[in-house]
Amino acid sequence: MERLQLSLRYLRRNTSLAIGLGILIFLVLFTVTGYMIIDPKVDPYPLAGPGSSPPTLNYCPRSDPECENTEPKAYIFGTDAQGRDLYGVAVAGTWMTVQIGLMAGIIGLGVGAFLGFTSAFYGGWYDLIVRWAVDVMLTVPGLLLLVVIASSMGEQRITVTGMGVIIAAISWRGPARVIRSQVLSMREQSYVMMARLNGMGGMGIIFREMMPNLLPYLGASLVGAVTAAIFASMGLAALGLGPLREPTLGVTIYWVINQSAFLRGLWWWGAVPIGIVALIFVMLFLISIGLDEVANPRVRRAE
Amino acid sequence: MSRDVVLDINDLDVQYYTDAGIVYANNKINLKLRAGERLGLVGESGSGKSTLALAILGMIKPPGGIAGGEILLSGRDITKLTEEETRQVRGREISMIPQGAMNSLNPVMRVNDQIIDSMIDHELGLSKADMLQMAGDALEAVELDRSVGHMYPHELSGGMKQRACIAIAISMKPKVIIADEPTSALDVVTQRQVMQTIRHIQEEMGAAVILIGHDMGLMAQFVDRLAVMYAGQMAEIAPKEGAFRTPMHPYTQMLIDSLPRLGAKGVFHGIPGITPLLRDLPPGCVFNPRCPQAFGPCQETVPQFLEHRPNQWVACHLYESEPARS
Amino acid sequence: MSELLLELKNVTKQFKGGTVALDNISFSIDANNPSIIAVAGESGSGKTTLGLMSLGFLEPSAGRIKYKGKDLSKLNSQERTEFRKEVQAVFQDPFAVYNPFYKVDHIMEVPIANFKMASNKKEAREMMEQALISVGLRPEETLGRFPHQMSGGQRQRMALARALLLRPRLLIADEPVSMVDASLRATILEALDKLNKEFGITVLYITHDLTTAYHVSDYILILYRGSIMEAGDVESIIRNPQHPYTQLLIGSIPWPDLDRIWGEDIAVIDIEEDHSEASRVGCKFAGRCPHVMDKCKVAPPPLYWPDDNNRVASCYLFDNKEVLPGEDVGTLFRSKKVAVSR
Repeated sequence: MERLQLSLRYLRRNTSLAIGLGILIFLVLFTVTGYMIIDPKVDPYPLAGPGSSPPTLNYCPRSDPECENTEPKAYIFGTDAQGRDLYGVAVAGTWMTVQIGLMAGIIGLGVGAFLGFTSAFYGGWYDLIVRWAVDVMLTVPGLLLLVVIASSMGEQRITVTGMGVIIAAISWRGPARVIRSQVLSMREQSYVMMARLNGMGGMGIIFREMMPNLLPYLGASLVGAVTAAIFASMGLAALGLGPLREPTLGVTIYWVINQSAFLRGLWWWGAVPIGIVALIFVMLFLISIGLDEVANPRVRRAE
Repeated sequence: MSRDVVLDINDLDVQYYTDAGIVYANNKINLKLRAGERLGLVGESGSGKSTLALAILGMIKPPGGIAGGEILLSGRDITKLTEEETRQVRGREISMIPQGAMNSLNPVMRVNDQIIDSMIDHELGLSKADMLQMAGDALEAVELDRSVGHMYPHELSGGMKQRACIAIAISMKPKVIIADEPTSALDVVTQRQVMQTIRHIQEEMGAAVILIGHDMGLMAQFVDRLAVMYAGQMAEIAPKEGAFRTPMHPYTQMLIDSLPRLGAKGVFHGIPGITPLLRDLPPGCVFNPRCPQAFGPCQETVPQFLEHRPNQWVACHLYESEPARS
Repeated sequence: MSELLLELKNVTKQFKGGTVALDNISFSIDANNPSIIAVAGESGSGKTTLGLMSLGFLEPSAGRIKYKGKDLSKLNSQERTEFRKEVQAVFQDPFAVYNPFYKVDHIMEVPIANFKMASNKKEAREMMEQALISVGLRPEETLGRFPHQMSGGQRQRMALARALLLRPRLLIADEPVSMVDASLRATILEALDKLNKEFGITVLYITHDLTTAYHVSDYILILYRGSIMEAGDVESIIRNPQHPYTQLLIGSIPWPDLDRIWGEDIAVIDIEEDHSEASRVGCKFAGRCPHVMDKCKVAPPPLYWPDDNNRVASCYLFDNKEVLPGEDVGTLFRSKKVAVSR
């Protein structure tokens, strides 16, 4: 209880983290309630509703001027040119995009952290090889690599899960580097020497002694990796290399460009994905600044 | 020999406001420093001695603040000055020799430039040539060759670097020099040389020195008077002989008793118990939970800091039955 | 069995970049006669390196370190575990040895588990409490806390409790009181003394502070730039140092004693460190020694016996005296005390 109170008081001072977490909670609620309202197999897909309808609370088909025979339906975000209910797209798309980000982020962090820990701790030839591999891979432009991989798989084969795995191919680089340098300095700490004196072996020291102290860095790395992954997925999708059948936010943007939504006056079609993406990035940015302060107490502002 | 009181601290209170409560870092500190004297300030970590030094230098920043009392420098209350005025006083009238010389010198500036750096900041209205002259004088005063001024810090040895720091501290001939464990990073041989240098300069300049530290041996060899702090309060201030031979406060007594002495091998007199946290002080005398001589009033009232013997001040109920001198 | 616990034979340690931290040191520890041996020197003397090598954390560039007759770098896993149990340490920084993520109990729970010292949690807890009480700590005030919730003195005493718990035969204490306040030092030194006298643990007390070395140890080894200058009985050396370096050192110590003024007995030239060729090849102190002779610059002096006391000095001033056989200063540290039954 006391810990909770102290955490809440800390949040009051760390506004970035507080606002970031607030947006996160909002998005989670949005998605959860959304899934209860929509029919996830129908609404976010074409022909769910009338085409090109602007946001309205009370839809009336043009065929029935007095709305007598049809049930009034609300399309609060409107529909796109192919009849997708954009509210459904917003709900399903947000979750799918986040799924991609999390998958790529977690796989990337897992692989990167493992490489970072082991190469820093054991040193020697292994460290040399890993370091070389990471440095070389870091110089390869990520998007280029992804475009090559994605386009060689063919449009039809890419699913949401597939996107996550593809993007993981570049997410591991940053964490590997950052965590390796952290562990290099931690290795010299006295408590590591003490752990050795206590009879602990290498792996034990890595997992039980060093890793718990790196949790803030791992958290910050995860946020960074997820941000980069979502960014990459947007890029790929906008180029047409995303899962075109699924209503992810990136793919929606692809259709917006492809179908010249703005030129046709269908502004709401673009506004929905762009708005949500902007909100997601602001949230990730604020959380990462907030976590930076947690990990680095010297940055903390006094009350 | 009556000398002018150059630093007069009266009932100083310094507090820090934290999430976990108010930390009473300094409580009713009373201290008078005379021109030319060497005062040692000892206390455990958590005793508040560093806070006192910061208060004198005007460097207490939020979440800390001076909650009461005054610090008079030649009659002027420096706790009431503006930021700008404090800056003028710091470095010029009160200066500090820091603990780690290695970390206090700018590695990309020559020594001379670092000495005149603070002179420039204080807008003394001198020409560059004059300031360089003063810098050279300062270097000579610390027994370094004038040519050292043209060198970079990495070209100097540990002892020389510390002396360069001293030169910076004395370049504007301050009245009060605060030396915060100036020799803790030096070996014993260099330590003696550097302390001799400090003594030599301060005697020549007539400046007063406050030596903060842990090393009671160093205190015994260097200071005239000793001030002992405990848990944010001043326990005792006594001349050297009084402190080491006839300490009055039980804490001082136990402290002196615990020191290693030739001929007292294998005899250990540690002080049992632990220091209280500054935000959670016991009622009455702060030392009472650990004091072997505690009695009735100790748990209820805070003893006053009075001159119970000529020139020896102590805050302890044991002496309050004796007539106190003002 | 008078098997030596630890033996350093002609050990030299040179780091990348050329610094020689230890130069041809021979030193053995016979844990059957537990005593407290101080290893004293300034920074750069090699004392910390000596400690780390004795713990098996650094390997010698030349020479060998033997544990119970076996080469330390060639122990198998079982022997290594035994080594870890028998040789323990306490370090300088009371805070850094605790993993800030865990409660302080962690530092004792881990070795109990790894060395299989208790069969269940209750037994382990009892062992921990016993150890804490032995060093003057109260279990209810310490167990269950985080490192930052305890004072420096408490943390250091707990580190000693941990060492005691493991019942090692040799404890390497690397500057255990230098980061602890003056008022608490006596308590910690007392705990070290107790470990030696009551529990029969040999203590290697590494320090730069000769006053505490005098206070707690039986024997002392004075190191200067990787070589032994003087070694033996601590009373003789501190009261009547024979080696010019030891004389300089002891004369510069500020004793907390108003009757001893520092610098009084020094008749040497206080000049700065000298890293000239002469001192690298010959006696390390040659560049600063007021009694330097030509032969000092050619080869380092062996350890001579300057007088009838139990100590040796490495100085050509005594070259008409006997030399310590085998150059192993460890032979001077065999106390006449009978080993306490454990």
